[in-house]
Amino acid sequence: MLKRSWKGWLYLLPAIAFLGVFMVYPLIDVLVYSFEEGYNSASQTYFGVGLYNYRYVLRDPYFLQAVRNTFLIVIVTVPLSTAIALAISLGLNSIKPLKELYQTVYFLPYVTNTLAVGLVFMILFKKTAYTDGMINLLIRLFGGQSVDFIEGPYWAKMFVMCLYTIWVVMPFKVLILTSALASVNQDYYKAARVDATPKWRIFTKITLPMISPMIFYLVITGFIGAFKAYSDEVALFGTNLNAAGMNTIVGYVYDMLYGDSGGYPSYASAAALILFSIVLTITVINLMVSRRQAR
Amino acid sequence: MKITLEHLTKRFPNRNKKIHEDVIAVNDFTFEIPDGQLIGLLGPSGCGKSTALNLICGLETPTSGRIRFGDDDVTDLPPENRGVGFVFQNYALYPHLTVLGNILFPLENLRGKDRPTKEQMLERAKEAARLVQIDMLLERRPSELSGGQQQRVAIARALVKMPRVLLLDEPLSNLDARLRLQTREEIRRIQRETRITTIFVTHDQEEAMSISDGIVVMKEGVVQQIGKPQDVYDDPVNLFVAKFLGTPPINVFTGAVRTGKLLLNGVPVMDAPGVPDGEVYAGVRPEGFVVDANGPLETSLIQVEVMGRDTSIVARHPSNENAIRAIVPGETRLPAGTREVRFTLKPNKVHLFRRDTEARLRPAGA
Repeated sequence: MLKRSWKGWLYLLPAIAFLGVFMVYPLIDVLVYSFEEGYNSASQTYFGVGLYNYRYVLRDPYFLQAVRNTFLIVIVTVPLSTAIALAISLGLNSIKPLKELYQTVYFLPYVTNTLAVGLVFMILFKKTAYTDGMINLLIRLFGGQSVDFIEGPYWAKMFVMCLYTIWVVMPFKVLILTSALASVNQDYYKAARVDATPKWRIFTKITLPMISPMIFYLVITGFIGAFKAYSDEVALFGTNLNAAGMNTIVGYVYDMLYGDSGGYPSYASAAALILFSIVLTITVINLMVSRRQAR
Repeated sequence: MKITLEHLTKRFPNRNKKIHEDVIAVNDFTFEIPDGQLIGLLGPSGCGKSTALNLICGLETPTSGRIRFGDDDVTDLPPENRGVGFVFQNYALYPHLTVLGNILFPLENLRGKDRPTKEQMLERAKEAARLVQIDMLLERRPSELSGGQQQRVAIARALVKMPRVLLLDEPLSNLDARLRLQTREEIRRIQRETRITTIFVTHDQEEAMSISDGIVVMKEGVVQQIGKPQDVYDDPVNLFVAKFLGTPPINVFTGAVRTGKLLLNGVPVMDAPGVPDGEVYAGVRPEGFVVDANGPLETSLIQVEVMGRDTSIVARHPSNENAIRAIVPGETRLPAGTREVRFTLKPNKVHLFRRDTEARLRPAGA
């Protein structure tokens, strides 16, 4: 028995060693940094230990702006993208001709580079001295006022940001939901037909419960992904996100480490741990809700 | 409710796209199922019996032909307007609903004046549950039930809306052997109590024979024979039906008829009055052999299996490539060291079929 467990650990050793060096140790390190005040990575020195880093970060208007942006993006994009993906998947599942073609089209954004997509969005929405951009032309066509979505008012920028995020995360969700829908046993639908079940009731009483594990999976991973958003913002608004007022928590961490105002690993660590605790809380709540739903 | 099928035909485009010829799953069905009977659609897999059931249910639309329930032509009605209850092979119980929720489901779909009150729904659901004897399991989920209990829930769900016709697709195939015996009695009892015209599909002839008022034997989309189980067994119209019904199966010899006598391996073994000369298959039921020291049919013994009530004699005969199996009364004793067994044949247990068409050849006066 003893020998066997020893062997088991031996098999696990490569994975444990790898995870220990590249995951566990850095995590602990971040925790330590976040409490070391005025840590300097070059000289490896610090002044004292305490909560000052957290106090600084939580009072930093840039950080508060980043938290506000992140939460807005999360709250708007996760439910919307999941709902739209579900609608698209239901549509894809109900058409017969050219089904594969449509599935491929809806999956294309997934294999497209984020920065390239950002560039396209910028061209669509940006207002320059030479042109108003495609979207503004459309708005004017319908008698509206043109808006600079990239360098204009906050709501306009946030609108583009959310639209972009939804567009980027959609294909994966459509992929997961179409396969979930396709895997529901057709006999349930036949039984429902024989029992004269109205369409809406089939959807709410059969389809939704059957694919609910996948929906919860998408919501949970969607929340986590949206909280960690950063590259999408850079793709649209460039690297100076603080100036654009469109920074996110991860963006703030990055700026604190390497940005123009960077060189503060302690502040970055504190911000990262705040993000970690937010994501953890939300995920635990999500899991609790989904467990209760499953029961 | 009497069910009438008139020239019912269903063609499917061939799955193999290189073959442009359609697959005819159900070919020109014309028969009538009397009110209140339990009918088994019987045939090997792929014979179109499930398609036939789906046509009657309305899940498939026929290529041609009519379906009538009583005097109503339901051919063009969708399944929900036909008043049918359908029990799926895998039961198709909704896993996230309780037993009660599953049974209530069809009632909750009702709209308008047909919709019962909450109390009426509950009362009807409980009544259906009592009928199939699962009224103590109402709060369970399907995953917490055995296969037999799930089956009963599925039947209760089909019965709760008081259908005119109950359809069961392979109702016993997902159950183990013991439960199968019990459940088929149960289906018989429920059908007797409700008097609902019931059609079930099975590939198991024993299942169909044991509980049906009538069986419909099918092969490759064509009805072979319709009748009471015992009648079909005793009087098959062709070799396929004879081979399909009965366990152990019928023993098929290749032989010939010459001047009113059946010859097996050149030896006359039985009179066949009025049967024209020609090459035949002779099907002999296992119970059609009588051990007789002076009998005309000489076989070499392989083994004797004593089964208590009966004795089974396995032997070989040159005109049958398979070993033959005879069931004789348990008191029959063969002397030790017996190498050869002689039999006489009971004429009513021997069926003759044309070698070319495999159609039945009937002796005169039978």
